[in-house]
Amino acid sequence: MDAITFLIQCLNSLQYGLLLFLIASGLTLIFGIMGVINLAHGSFYMIGAYMAFTLSSLTGSFGLALLLGIPLAVLLGYLLEWAFFSFLYERDHLQQVLLTYGLILVFEELRSLLVGDEVHGVSPPDWLSGSLPLGHDMSYPVYRLFISAVCLVVAGLMWWVITRTRLGMKVRAGSVNREMVQSLGINIALLYRLVFAAGVAFAVLAGMISAPVASVYPGMGGQVLIVCFVVVVIGGIGSIKGALVAALLVGFVDTFGKVALQQAAGALVYLLMAAILLWKPEGLFKASQG
Amino acid sequence: MTTTTTKLDSLAAPRLPAGWLLLLALLATLPAWPAPIGTEFHLELGVQVLSMVIFALSLQLLVGYTGLVSLGHAAYFGIAAYAVTLLAPASEAGNGWWLLVVAVGSAALLALLVGMLVIRTRGVYFIMVTLAFAQLAYFVVHDVDGFGGSDGAYLYFKPEFRLGERLLFDLQQPRQLYWFALGLFALTASLLGLVLRSRAGHALVGIRHNEQRMRAAGYPTALYKLGSFVLSGGLAGLAGFLHAVRSGFVNPELLSWHQSGNALLMIILGGLGNLWGAVLGAASFVLLSEWFQAMSKHWQLLLGGFIIGTVLLLPRGLVGLADMLRPWLRGRLRPRRGKPTVLGFQHKERTS
Repeated sequence: MDAITFLIQCLNSLQYGLLLFLIASGLTLIFGIMGVINLAHGSFYMIGAYMAFTLSSLTGSFGLALLLGIPLAVLLGYLLEWAFFSFLYERDHLQQVLLTYGLILVFEELRSLLVGDEVHGVSPPDWLSGSLPLGHDMSYPVYRLFISAVCLVVAGLMWWVITRTRLGMKVRAGSVNREMVQSLGINIALLYRLVFAAGVAFAVLAGMISAPVASVYPGMGGQVLIVCFVVVVIGGIGSIKGALVAALLVGFVDTFGKVALQQAAGALVYLLMAAILLWKPEGLFKASQG
Repeated sequence: MTTTTTKLDSLAAPRLPAGWLLLLALLATLPAWPAPIGTEFHLELGVQVLSMVIFALSLQLLVGYTGLVSLGHAAYFGIAAYAVTLLAPASEAGNGWWLLVVAVGSAALLALLVGMLVIRTRGVYFIMVTLAFAQLAYFVVHDVDGFGGSDGAYLYFKPEFRLGERLLFDLQQPRQLYWFALGLFALTASLLGLVLRSRAGHALVGIRHNEQRMRAAGYPTALYKLGSFVLSGGLAGLAGFLHAVRSGFVNPELLSWHQSGNALLMIILGGLGNLWGAVLGAASFVLLSEWFQAMSKHWQLLLGGFIIGTVLLLPRGLVGLADMLRPWLRGRLRPRRGKPTVLGFQHKERTS
């Protein structure tokens, strides 16, 4: 492997890892703050990709589709929390697993009813569709760099909101003691609804921006869900910093694994998870560390 | 202390096998029913349901009684199915006893190996490590030569169970296969019933409630949990054996996390910590899937709706529904006091 190929693989790993982080951060936020295991999180990613396809073919512009998609995603998250998830906080984790599994089935079928079962492709906007030349005969698509940039911006924004604003302070307090925060006069139900909506919006955004590089197909949510759970668990459940480190780790191991060992590529990520959990049974970072 | 013991008693195992005997007797007559019910199609479906019921029962021991939630249970189911298929001779029927022992043994051995590594993790982490090992098994079966890759492998001849020279079951015949499956189900249910009545079974329930206290009381809890894990894996292997014999075909999907997830769903749907829950959950899951599929192309919407409805309305699963109906039924029939009736299990004495 020469230097240029290595660089390209590194960029690919980075892009995949950051995308995983964007999805997994929503999962870890919802689990860490509200204590809900959300199996339907992969479906939001799938919904995002189909939304990108539908909206960009309706409006004719991918950029416009992104702008329209995000408020729709927040609205979707808000409504879902109100209709289903708000009943689950007091329930057993396994009940949450069951309900969110039911939601996966419903989302898949609604998608099939509304948009159909075909595999689609989405083309990136013109100003992002070029390639950056690397060395003599290699090039790297600009769009993949755009994905990494969007993920980094969202990650920075998330860090800022959670650690530097009053809203973030309330959210962190709410994750420690729901009743106490409520008795201080903060509307915790609304706060949870907002956090949930944000988590859904991250997954939908990830689905939308990844639509041009990965084709849009039924069942794409299930695949990404398990990888995201791996990321969340390696990082330590509820820890956003952990999710970032773990997502990058998984991104690099998976990408380089596919290059080096094609036979065992699929198993490598799980081997990594098993090794890390046997070494640190509670993941790399504790939730309280950020 | 006495109160705790009685409480655990009532939690641990069905006191009266009457309900089970009634169920078995009823199921055994299925082939004798007239045409629309006792058809070959329904016998085949019955075997499918029974293999899932055994699978769900095995997981119930681990999740519902020991409190260890595994999302990798399909690995043991699948490994046993693969063991039968790959070890059976290619040109004639294999020895059923031998294949059964090898299938269940390989599942139990895998469970022992994985169990020794994972037993010290807890909660969500336990869920994820069991998933990780199941995914490893999945990729081994999927990618290593000799397992048939993603296409899987075929079992051309159903194994033969002989006693001396005499053929005990002819599994080619749908009826005999059905009764054979029913026999395996009865074996599993009675084995689990016995284990749960025993001292070890009570210890498992104790561990689910408060492991620290059980350890303080002198129980080597890790050993008990490992035992539960291995027994559960072995029984999942029994279900996998039945599945392979029924379908004559295995592929890596048998080990996928969907399969593990489905088993978990069945027992949550039916009700945790209750053997009847596993039976009700698995049977309703398989039968409703079949029924909805026949009804509409978008059957998953119906199944999803059913699952969501169950969670929102019946927090204790389908068994909870039976518990709600029981006092009403009792009022209707002649009121009886004392011993719990058919579903008598995890049952508080009511003064109706």
